[in-house]
Amino acid sequence: MTGMTPAIRAAKLREDFPLLSSSQEQGPLIYLDSAATTLKPRCVIDAMVRYYTEYGGSVHRGIYRIAEQATAEYENTRREVASFIGAETTDSIIFTKGTTESINLVAYAWARNTLKPGDEILITEMEHHSNIVPWQMVAKSTGALIRYLPLNSDGTLDLNRSEQYFTPHTKLVAVIHQSNVLGTVNPVKEIVKLAHDAGAVILVDGAQRVPHHSVNVTDLGADFYVFSGHKMLGPTGVGVLYGNLEILDKMEPFHGGGDMIRTVSMNASTWNALPYKFEAGTPPIAQVIGLGAAVKYLSDIGLDRIAAYETQLTAYALKTLREIPDIEIYGDARERGAVISFNAGSVHPHDLSQLLDQDGIAVRAGHHCAQPIMTRLGISATTRASFYLYNTFEEIDLLGESIRKAITFMGG
Amino acid sequence: MDNFRDLYQQLILDHNQNPRNFREILDTDLFLDGHNPLCGDRIKVFIRKEDKRISDISFTGSGCAISKASASIMTTLLKGKTIDEAKKIFEDFHKMITTGEADLEKMGKLAVLAGVHQFPARVKCAALAWHTAMSILNDKKLDIVSTET
Ligand SMILES: Cc1ncc(COP(=O)(O)O)c(C=O)c1O
Repeated sequence: MTGMTPAIRAAKLREDFPLLSSSQEQGPLIYLDSAATTLKPRCVIDAMVRYYTEYGGSVHRGIYRIAEQATAEYENTRREVASFIGAETTDSIIFTKGTTESINLVAYAWARNTLKPGDEILITEMEHHSNIVPWQMVAKSTGALIRYLPLNSDGTLDLNRSEQYFTPHTKLVAVIHQSNVLGTVNPVKEIVKLAHDAGAVILVDGAQRVPHHSVNVTDLGADFYVFSGHKMLGPTGVGVLYGNLEILDKMEPFHGGGDMIRTVSMNASTWNALPYKFEAGTPPIAQVIGLGAAVKYLSDIGLDRIAAYETQLTAYALKTLREIPDIEIYGDARERGAVISFNAGSVHPHDLSQLLDQDGIAVRAGHHCAQPIMTRLGISATTRASFYLYNTFEEIDLLGESIRKAITFMGG
Repeated sequence: MDNFRDLYQQLILDHNQNPRNFREILDTDLFLDGHNPLCGDRIKVFIRKEDKRISDISFTGSGCAISKASASIMTTLLKGKTIDEAKKIFEDFHKMITTGEADLEKMGKLAVLAGVHQFPARVKCAALAWHTAMSILNDKKLDIVSTET
């Protein structure tokens, strides 16, 4: 961080988030589960209310005022998103329901039509289930094989024997940018190069990266980059697929229906231009507009400031947790995000999170939709605390105290 | 019960730390894995039957305090019971943890789990060992019992 960048003032910024306002009936909410979904600032909620109350028409159809305004706001979000992630054109930005649907779009519309028996899909041991299961389904229907890049014990990817994994058989690489369990930030640019050198297409799951750090898809060079609105202060029900234009152009559509066609005759149809070819039916208009407001909010604050603040919070949280006897923290990557998975002595994560909830602290317990990591670590579950721009150092102190209390209560 | 700490009564904490019948039964082919996919917990229940009675019952595996205590108390209660008696106890227990309705005196030690019904996310924890045991007694030919069915 340069001396010129003013630090985040979380205390002030919290006023933007209705769920954090001190008038909560149950007492203040200490929300440490932003890796699951983030809280929403008032401006995002207002933007969606404004759509419904002031101009709630459909998009791309009406030739009356409110439909034109809805279309303008919807397409404006596409421009905001494109510039937010450094895409060169809005044609490469496809709105989906979320990361999961974005990955499935690629699985159905690209992989199923492209992969042959014996082709290899390379993923990693730290993927979220949404970046495993669709490929298992593709493998089943095409005869392709899935291979896993292994993890080192510190929770980073083991790329030492990359030539054994990136081979002429590798046709698709799908990799998480930032782990939702270990916090690890993967060297995506290096992996893109390995994939492309092997002649493979690469998809990057940016669900945990885009909310927390500036991303430039053009610079990264990935063929597909996917993320969810609800993890970046936006609403649920909307996400993004960024795609390489050449590949998108050649792909068949995912869903058929209205809006994605150019002409429809009784026997056949021709497809609309990008990105509309992949947006069949009436889209989640309010949600897309809400995502636009979220992107603007994040951009106004600045991703660099957010990332710098989260680095401080995470370092403080790691230090606070490590001071507690019997805490085991999973993942120790040098470059990491604001996510910490841990276990406290013999206290089961379910019991721990239930006891923390008694102190108003929301954390996540379980396998975090990443069972291969749990298998790799030889455990069945962890407790996970994750942070965002609205969290404070005081909240981390309270987390530490509450964990100590729970360990004592459970008798170790 | 607003406070979950009230649920973690001494009896539950004790059964969590010192689970009873926490061992394998080797000379039986009645055993089954129970799995709660939501949290990854797995426990295995073993039963030995003689005539129509449960002559021995045990469990192994890992889980939260609620699932371990429930499994532990279950083994102490079902040992020596007839199959029909065991099924009746399960019915009463299941009703208690899902609806809160129960004759607490009759429930005996199980009454400590009465509060679970107020925490829907934990009902499956309390029920895991029981569903597994009942699947064994009902001769269900399963490889694994899952709470997500
Ligand atoms: C890394 C990662 N990938 C994918 C997903 C799936 O996102 P969504 O549920 O919004 O589709 C999540 C969130 O749960 C995630 O953390």
